[in-house]
This record gives sequence, structure tokens and C-alpha cells, in this order.
Amino acid sequence: MTSLFEEITPEASGDVPTRKITISINGEQRSANVEPRLLLAHLIRQGFKLTGTHTGCDTTNCGACTVLLDGEPVKSCTMLAVQANGHEVTTVEGLAGPSELHPIQEGFKDEHGLQCGFCTPGMMLTAKALLDRNPDPTEEDVRWALAGNLCRCTGYQNIVKAVLWAGDKLRGEADGGEES
Amino acid sequence: MVLDELKIGGLGSSRRRVEDDRFIRGKGNYVDDIVLPGMLHMEILRSPVAHARIKKIDTTRAWDMPGVRLVLTGEMMAARNLAWMPTLSYDTQAVLATDKVRFQGQEVACVVADDPYIAKDAIEAIDVEYEVLPAIVSPEQALAPEAPLIRDDKANQQDNVIFDWEVGDKAGTDAAFARADVVSKIEMHYPRSHPSPIETCGSIADFDRATEKLTVYMTSQAPHIIRAAVALVAELPEHMIRIVSPDIGGGFGNKVPVYPGYVASILASILLERPVKWIEDKTSNLMSTGFGRDVYLQGEMALRADGKILAVRMHTDSDHGAFFSDAQPSKFKIGLMHSTFACYDIPTAHLTAKGVYTNKAPGGVAYRCSFRVTEAMYFQERMVQAAADDLGMDQAEFRRRNFVRDDDFPHRTAFGFLTDSGQYGKCLDVGLEAIGYEDFLKEKEEAAKRGKLLGIGISTMTEPLGAGNSREYDILGIKMFDSAELRVHMTGKAILRTGAKTQGQGHETTWGQIVAHELGIPAEDVLVEEGDTDTAPFGMGTYASRSTPVAGAAVSMVARKIRAKARKLAAHLLEASEEDIEWELGRFHLRGDPSRGVTIQECAMAAYSNLPDGLEPGLENVAYYDPPNLTWPFACYIATVEVDPGTGVWDVLRVVAVDDCGVRINPMIVEGQIMGGLTEAYAMANMQFITFDEEGNCIGGNYMDYLLPTAWETPGFELHEVVTPCPHHPIGAKGIGECATVGGPAAFVNAVMDALKGHDVRNIDMPLLPDRVYKAMTERTDVSGAPPLRME
Ligand code: FES
Ligand code: FES
Repeated sequence: MTSLFEEITPEASGDVPTRKITISINGEQRSANVEPRLLLAHLIRQGFKLTGTHTGCDTTNCGACTVLLDGEPVKSCTMLAVQANGHEVTTVEGLAGPSELHPIQEGFKDEHGLQCGFCTPGMMLTAKALLDRNPDPTEEDVRWALAGNLCRCTGYQNIVKAVLWAGDKLRGEADGGEES
Repeated sequence: MVLDELKIGGLGSSRRRVEDDRFIRGKGNYVDDIVLPGMLHMEILRSPVAHARIKKIDTTRAWDMPGVRLVLTGEMMAARNLAWMPTLSYDTQAVLATDKVRFQGQEVACVVADDPYIAKDAIEAIDVEYEVLPAIVSPEQALAPEAPLIRDDKANQQDNVIFDWEVGDKAGTDAAFARADVVSKIEMHYPRSHPSPIETCGSIADFDRATEKLTVYMTSQAPHIIRAAVALVAELPEHMIRIVSPDIGGGFGNKVPVYPGYVASILASILLERPVKWIEDKTSNLMSTGFGRDVYLQGEMALRADGKILAVRMHTDSDHGAFFSDAQPSKFKIGLMHSTFACYDIPTAHLTAKGVYTNKAPGGVAYRCSFRVTEAMYFQERMVQAAADDLGMDQAEFRRRNFVRDDDFPHRTAFGFLTDSGQYGKCLDVGLEAIGYEDFLKEKEEAAKRGKLLGIGISTMTEPLGAGNSREYDILGIKMFDSAELRVHMTGKAILRTGAKTQGQGHETTWGQIVAHELGIPAEDVLVEEGDTDTAPFGMGTYASRSTPVAGAAVSMVARKIRAKARKLAAHLLEASEEDIEWELGRFHLRGDPSRGVTIQECAMAAYSNLPDGLEPGLENVAYYDPPNLTWPFACYIATVEVDPGTGVWDVLRVVAVDDCGVRINPMIVEGQIMGGLTEAYAMANMQFITFDEEGNCIGGNYMDYLLPTAWETPGFELHEVVTPCPHHPIGAKGIGECATVGGPAAFVNAVMDALKGHDVRNIDMPLLPDRVYKAMTERTDVSGAPPLRME
């Protein structure tokens, strides 16, 4: 009996019904044989060993598991891995290259937008989807966009500031100019 | 050239956080991120009912499932003397139920399997037969003469009472009430709540038969206490137990107690000789682990007509659930409830407290609070507002008249605490000025003419943070001191370890700042490590805002020990006597000739390479700090609200917070703590609670029922400060992590009650749900939130 939970193998193990799926994760094509009931969050965390995606609840409320599916935020605890077959998934590990930071990451650090850090990856990915769609959001836009992500530590004010900071920086970059 | 302390990340620097570098990359290391070779997964079967006798447990079907390695029941635990474990309050708690289940969600059996999906399947295959008994969900029911006995496992327990406790001066208080011009009374319930960090609890137990060593990775705010508890419960040698708290996704008191899941995972690992991981789901976390609050108050104040408080009388009934497992200092049965009214000059007071068992989850933890201080200050500030109303006095003026004066310190409170400093009047004034008090009162009057209900609520308080001193504060007899160990390497870089454990408070950043302040070593040259009992010095952990007051003080003290030794090295290097050496930040110089000096880094090098005769090599030390007193931060929180008369919905207009936590090590982090605390205060006032129906079903056992505010509902916060350094802390700092959670709720509730003035309502229990507010307004009645919840 092979545990399909942690040992995701390209070949089926034989004694459990599985389906072969292929996902582009952070730009890399990965294939896996998975049980149809395996949650996407678990495939990402245990199968692909990308533990920056967290799980905090069992009712799709907390958003700690948020990833981007073809650029849209989804709660990976509420999606089956097989549903992501053929799609592009971005996790926190894919926000920037190993030695660089995305402006959203910089913003969270600079504005003290995190404390325990558990909600942070989900928050940042939701923020990324917002800024991709709306590069110059108001505070209200940011608060509304983040309403599916719970944070228990910060009281949100600094998270909102962090997202606005990142928006400013990204627009500055897009204009090709330095920020004042 | 004297070093600029801010440039090296010393005290007062809003240095950006060191720990963020891994968190923003998704490279934190939380317990569920850890994978050990050969690791198995554990799930817990929980009771679906609140009170029942267990007739039979049949595990055959579960054992037969492929991938299942172990099924544990209470009977198997009992065979190893592990069916019950001691609690932190000298009671016992079932690990896995044997005789009865006593709350919904109680642990009944465990399955260990190859993966958590299989374990979950197998849980479903365990058949348990229950004989359901009547459930008790409130003190009133628990104390009724015909109430069923919950703890029939205890030989001498005849009823559901855990304790009857009192403090203060009964005779003096009775006499003062006899003299009073006005007696103001109020009753209320502080509802059951849950700290609910986003990360749940969990552990990985790894017993190595070859070395006989047990390593447990777990979500613990107090790893050393856990090591001691495991040594006692599992009867393992303490030096062969290593507890590691990796990154923790928030604690707020929830991760202090010992939970059955930890114990079961340890036993499973010992039996199977493989690592066993247990990660709770959110429903289990909310239904079974340490809750906060659940206290009923009957409060009375004896008042003189001119507004002077003559005496306070309080009685509390507290609901502790099925096992008395409050995590609190052992001397005080209802925590530090008697710290209530500490900021007011009250001649005499008396508190009686009764604690009861009910069929609800155990674990009255200090939820972002210093042991029931949250209830104490909420009751205080609600009573104060009711008293001001009864006297027809302005609520700010009434407070000002009764504050302990700035020149009255040290001050002994009516309940015996010693407060050492405060500027309560100034703190209130800063708050009133910031909110524009007089203008708001006018605006409120104007709005009333247009049928709008505006209200303003004030909450002022001082609270005791940072237990011990060890004379009075211990947990299970272990004194509440804390520790720090500093090792300065030869190049002047250093590693610091403490007995505390950060869960978001930013110790990795702020402890370095204290070292920078004491030694002039740049904060970025100090690596901070916590949470591994094999390497960290013994400490009591992080909760009750004790890190800065106790462990932070230990950091200062160990750095001063290092400085004392460095002085000897400096004298040697400068060929002078120690008395002729002076310290400036980061450097010693010759008295009278500042140009001739050596840096702390040069001293560090000398400690390993150029020593005077007779001096021990190395530059390392450890300090254990036992504070002389608690620290007493104080605050004023003011909220303004608008209540919709048609629906009872209320919106927050503004929130002003004025906090005095003494010297701020890192102002950015302090403000982050305050905003987090205010949000929990708002949550409790507005939406967050756990209640129970008549059958003992938990309402609020998941995030669909247990409402936490999102970025959308959470109001913006305006922060202000007053700075009164703590007189006994080495750097003048006080605790801050919990002040806003403690003092904040009353500001919101007082604001709504102020808006409802003229509606004959004295109290609505939190949370102030729209239907409760609407009922109070339209039926002109108080609204109780006490369980059982009846669906109407
Ligand atoms: S884990 Fe909470 S929403 Fe996915
Ligand atoms: S930083 Fe802890 S939950 Fe958001």
C-alpha cells in the first residue's frame, strides 16, 4: 500500500484508484498520479513539498490556502487536485525568484503586514490578483478584496497599507520611474 | 564618536522584522510543514454528544482497514496509566474517555495510519455506543439541586462546584455600602470565546528506541512546561525529552495547555517506534481546546453623591467546562480577576468567586489576557459606566474623579496589588482630545434630533502583565521567572536564546534590539533562537504578555553580565585598572581620554585570544530573571458608534487608543500588537462567541458559526501614546500584547449603551448582535446572552 499523500509518484501504485494529472506549478510542469479525493492544498504541500501554502480551517473561510489558478485566487483546500489538471497554479514560492522579492512581499515587510506569518502567503496572493486586475486600488477596494482571508494577528490595517505600498511601487515600475 | 543607537537597531528603532524574510517567501517552518522519514498520521474520534456514558467501543472495523497501524482507546491508555492526565490547575482531565464523555468534541479514540485520509476513514469505522445523559451548559444549571454530577470519576466530588474563593475585605465593604448615597448594580455575562489562531494545534512525536530519546515538535507557547509535564505524565526521564516549538501560527493562549492529542501522539510513537503526526482540524480546535472567558458577574458599587466610589462588591460564577484545566498561577482560582479597579482609588472591596463544572470543553486559558484580567477590566468599565449614569455624571469626569493620582504611587489596590506608576488622567485627556469629546457630544445631540443614535464609549484601565514575581506566581509549583543566554563569538557576532517563545510578537527582532542597547552590538549581528528545550535555557514561555517584562528583562541582565566581563578585558587591553574605564555605547575608554578605547568587538576577540591572567576564556553567560513586581501598562480606549434604530446594526465611526507600555523597544511592533488586540476587542463586542444549546451542542465550532472580523468589517484605528517607564524593569518596558484586547471591548459596548441611553437598557451581553440590540431597544429590556441558546 503506497501512501499517495506524501509519496506522489509519476506511476500509479496499483491498489488505489488514481488519476494522472499535469499541473503547471510556478511555471514548472509537474505530473502526478493522485487519488481523485486528494485536495489541491495537500497536493501542493505534501506532494510538491511547497509548504508556503497553509491550511487553517475546514470550511473555506480562512483563506490561508489561497493560491492563484490561472491568475485567479482560489482556496486550494476546497478544490480537488484533479480539478487543477491542465491549469496553471501560482503559490507564494512562485511570487518571485529565489534571490528577489515581489513588491507585495517587500510591502508586507516594510509596512509590518504580518506577525505570525500564517495568513501571509494567502493574503499576498489575493493581493496579487487584485493588483493585477486593479493596479491603483483604494483602501476600500483592498479591504473588500481581502475579505476572504482571515488574519488573527494584525488587525488588517498594516496589511492594507502593505498592498497599497506594493501598488504604488508596481505603478512606479510600470512608469519606468523611481518612486518619490 | 559615540554610536547612534537608532542606527544599530537599538531601543526605539522601528527596525523591520528579521523573521519576515522567511515568512514572506513561504519558508516558515510550522509544525505541519515538518515531514520525518516514516512518519504516520493520527486522527482523533470525538464525542458527538455532550454528556453520555460509554457502553461499548468496537474498533474491529477500523483495525481491519488497509493502512491503519494503530487504534487507541481509553482502555488501552488506562492499561498504561495514561487515560487521565493532570491539568495545570491541579485537576485531572481525560486523555481518551473511559467511563463517560463530558463534552461534545471530547477525545474518545485515535487512529494512526499511513496517511490522514485513511486515518479519517478509519475514525468513521469505530463504533461507539452511548447512553446519553442530560447536559449542563451554565452555572445556573450546574448549581441546581437536581443537577447530574459531571465529575463522578472523582471520589470526593459531591456536586459540580470546583471552588469557592474570596478576596478583599467583606466587613469593610459591607460597612461602606451601608454609608453609600447611591448603590449601583449591574449583572452581565462575558461569553465564552476562543483564541482561535489561524494555525490549529498539532504535534509530531518521534520516539527513537535506539537512543531512548523522545523528540516532540509541537505548537507550544511554553515548551519547557510541556517537557516537565511530559516527564511527569509519561514517566519519561526529562533529559531524554526534547520539545521543539517551530514557527507558530498564532497562539493567544490557545497553545499553552497540554492537550490529549499531544499525549496520544507520544504514546503512539512509543508503541509504533515511528514518528506520528497529529494536526487538528479547525472544528476540533474550536470545540475542544482552551477557550477563554465564560464568566457571570453580579457587580455593585457604593457611591457618594459627589461621584466618589466608596466600595466595590463583586461575585463571579465561572464556567470551566468538564475539567478544571485553566492555565493560571496556582494561588488564584479565578486568575487575576481581583486586579479589577486597579486604576481607581477605592477604599475597600470584596470579591467572591465560584467555579463550576459543566458539559463544555475545558481549558479556561488566558486568551490574549493575563489570567482573567480581560473579564476583570470589562466588568470594571461596564460597572463604571453604569455608575456614572446612575449618578447622572459625565462618564469621563466620573473616571477622572476616581483615578489614582500620579503622585500616589506606589499604590496598594483594595484587593492588595501594588501598582507602581501611572498617569491615568493624562492618558484619558489625550484620548478625549484625539476623539474631540466635547464636539462629539454636541454632534450626538444634534443627530438625536434627526432620529439618529450616536454613542461614545470610554474604557480606561491599568492591568497587571508579566507574571511573576516568583513569590506569588507559579504554575504547578514552577516559579514564573524567565531566562536568556547570550554567547558573543570572537568576531563580536552573537547568538541569544531565551525561555520565551515567539508566535508573531517578533522576538527575533526585538531581543536583538535590547542587546544592541546594552552592548552596542548591532541588532543585525545577533541571532535569536527560541523554542528548543535542548538548547534554550529553562523558561516559562510566552503568554500573559510576559515576554518583554520577564524574558526581555533577562536579555538586558545577561547583556549586562557580558558587559561586566568585557570591562575586565578592556582594562587588560588598555593596560588600565577597571575603575579607570568608562562605558559608552559599544565601547570602553579611559576616563579622561575618550580617544583611547576599545570596542565591544575588540573585547570579544580578546576573550578568545588575549586574556589577562586568571580570567576565564569566552564571552558567554546566562541570566535568570525574577521580576520584583508585575508591570502595569495602562490605556484609554474610546469608540464612537452609530446604531441603526430600524435594525439594531451598529457601525463603528472612530476608534482612538492611547497606550502607555513604558519604553517602546520597537514602536512599529508595539503598534502592530495594539491593532491586533483592538481587532479582537471589536470581534468580541460585535460577533465572536461560542454558545451551546440545551443538549450541549457547541454552536460556534467552525468558522461559519464562529465569526471573526475580516478586513472589510474591521474599523481603522487611531493610535496615541503616553510614556511612563516601568520603574523596576531594566529598560523601563511593560507588557503590551494584550492591553487592547483587555480594555477594548468595554469601549465598544459602552458606546452602544451610550447610544441607547433613554431606552431603559442597562446591559446587553456581548456580542452585541443586531437582534440583541434591536430587542433591547424596542422592548426596553436588558438582553442576556447566557446559554442555553434557544432557537425562537
Ligand atoms: S484552509 Fe481555510 S480556506 Fe482553505
Ligand atoms: S499574521 Fe498571524 S494570522 Fe495573519
